[in-house]
Amino acid sequence: MTTTAASLDVETIRKDFPILSRLVHGDKPLVYLDNAATSQKPRQVLDAIVDYYEKHNANVHRGIHTLAEEATALYEGARDKVAEFIGAPSRDEVIFTKNSSEAMNLIARVLGEAGPGYRIGPGDEIVITEMEHHSNIVPWHMLAERTGATVKWFQITDDGRLDLSTLDSVITERTKIVSMVHVSNLLGTINPVEKVVKRAREVGALVLVDASQSAPHMPLDVAALGADFVAFTGHKMLGPTGIGVLWGRLPLLQELPPFLGGGEMIEVVTMERSTFAQPPHKFEAGTPPIAEAVGLGAAVDYLTAVGMDRIAAHEHELTTYVLDALSAVDGVRIIGPATAEDRVAEVSFTYAGIHPHDVGQVLDEQGIAVRVGHHCARPAVVRYGIPATTRASFYLYNTTAEADALVKGLAQVKKVFG
Amino acid sequence: MNLESMYQEIILDHYKNPHGRGLREPYDAESFQVNPTCGDEVTLRVAVTGSNGEAKVTDVSYEGQGCSISQASTSVLTDLVTGRTVDEAMTTMDAFVEMVQSRGKIEPDEDVLEDGVAFAGVAKYPARVKCALLGWMAFKDAVARANGGTA
Repeated sequence: MTTTAASLDVETIRKDFPILSRLVHGDKPLVYLDNAATSQKPRQVLDAIVDYYEKHNANVHRGIHTLAEEATALYEGARDKVAEFIGAPSRDEVIFTKNSSEAMNLIARVLGEAGPGYRIGPGDEIVITEMEHHSNIVPWHMLAERTGATVKWFQITDDGRLDLSTLDSVITERTKIVSMVHVSNLLGTINPVEKVVKRAREVGALVLVDASQSAPHMPLDVAALGADFVAFTGHKMLGPTGIGVLWGRLPLLQELPPFLGGGEMIEVVTMERSTFAQPPHKFEAGTPPIAEAVGLGAAVDYLTAVGMDRIAAHEHELTTYVLDALSAVDGVRIIGPATAEDRVAEVSFTYAGIHPHDVGQVLDEQGIAVRVGHHCARPAVVRYGIPATTRASFYLYNTTAEADALVKGLAQVKKVFG
Repeated sequence: MNLESMYQEIILDHYKNPHGRGLREPYDAESFQVNPTCGDEVTLRVAVTGSNGEAKVTDVSYEGQGCSISQASTSVLTDLVTGRTVDEAMTTMDAFVEMVQSRGKIEPDEDVLEDGVAFAGVAKYPARVKCALLGWMAFKDAVARANGGTA
């Protein structure tokens, strides 16, 4: 790695992640390149979770004892951290969910039950893209099924970009919501959300952005993005599993009906009826994932301390390096943009007609963890006429040496199957 | 656990030179199976003559895409069941399924499983067991359809 004033001290960062020093299959150092599936966790996050359970554990928002107040302060403090991290105009716009999937299902569900104006019904159109993760396809299929609405989508180009030449014909006066991924988990493409938002505004459609693969890797400013809702998940950004975030514009969150009913989300309950709390609590029924929120707060602190712009710059360098290295391997076909421009360091590829399962298995034997399959984005994989890909996805703690290990690993794959 | 014990020479041979591949006529029933986690697919046809205890598998043909384990396993399947009675084929299938689901605890009988014993190593890789069974599930389904006369 070249070291400049702005570049990351990756070796120091790696020391914060205990798992990165483990060996697999006997004596092979772990080369973890499956970050788009989930990231590893730094000691600071693990400590925050243990510290919470050891010293402050209690249920939140109920009870006036010391621990309850501390737990509430920690949980709500995590909300403040996340709000600041994404540039939310108000902390009340940050809803904690289980994950991105739940966040997007929440919106799809309440739009089917909303009052006039936002309700999606027969004849209405929902717009998604061909590069969505199943979590941003299936909830809309389910909503369309329930309501009689129609799902339309933007196609993708051969080089892995969104085809927006049909912008005006796909998003029409009938469009009620556009739900799109910010960064594709299969292709690594960074999408021009602002262009879609602009068109959606012209027709009065809402916009939901799936930021699962962008929030961990680049500065995210929800106000600047211009969407109405943004979803992402904690475990891909150094936090624990079981905690996700839905950000939404406050007036919308106030107007939309609740998702799940239960404790925490009410104002007054009589035997006849219930009235609901204000956002964000309106959308957080039941005991929330408190320790997980605390862990996510610690993850946000960690990322902020390192600097999201520096992380993005480091990963941009890695993207260039990995694309060059893989392109030079005979038999590799990269699925997704060929250059690092508007692209992250998640690289899907096919290799010499060898099935990705077999590629992944031989790489694993050498300590290299990649993801193989359709990556829960089957329509996009099918679009490229292939059944599956091998995907190497990098993060702030990855190095160019690990990209080299991947290339070396591929040579071994060919030895077995060539 | 050594990778070679999964990728045995026999498996790689069947993968590179599959037996019985290609969809053929005539057939009595067809089954399409997919492994939703990885996208592996197989379409498998069976031709069965006779009925009840006399029923015999006269042909198995298939087309598919997938990893070496799923494709080689289907190739071995065609060797093991073609020309056998349905009852014999089902007994062989049960032995194969039992072996790959045994997490390596069952010593396979080479007289029954022939080249299929090469898949014993797969049992130690739980993520790959479904790959090894894909073609067999298609065979089981197709035979059931042929018996039910729904082809």
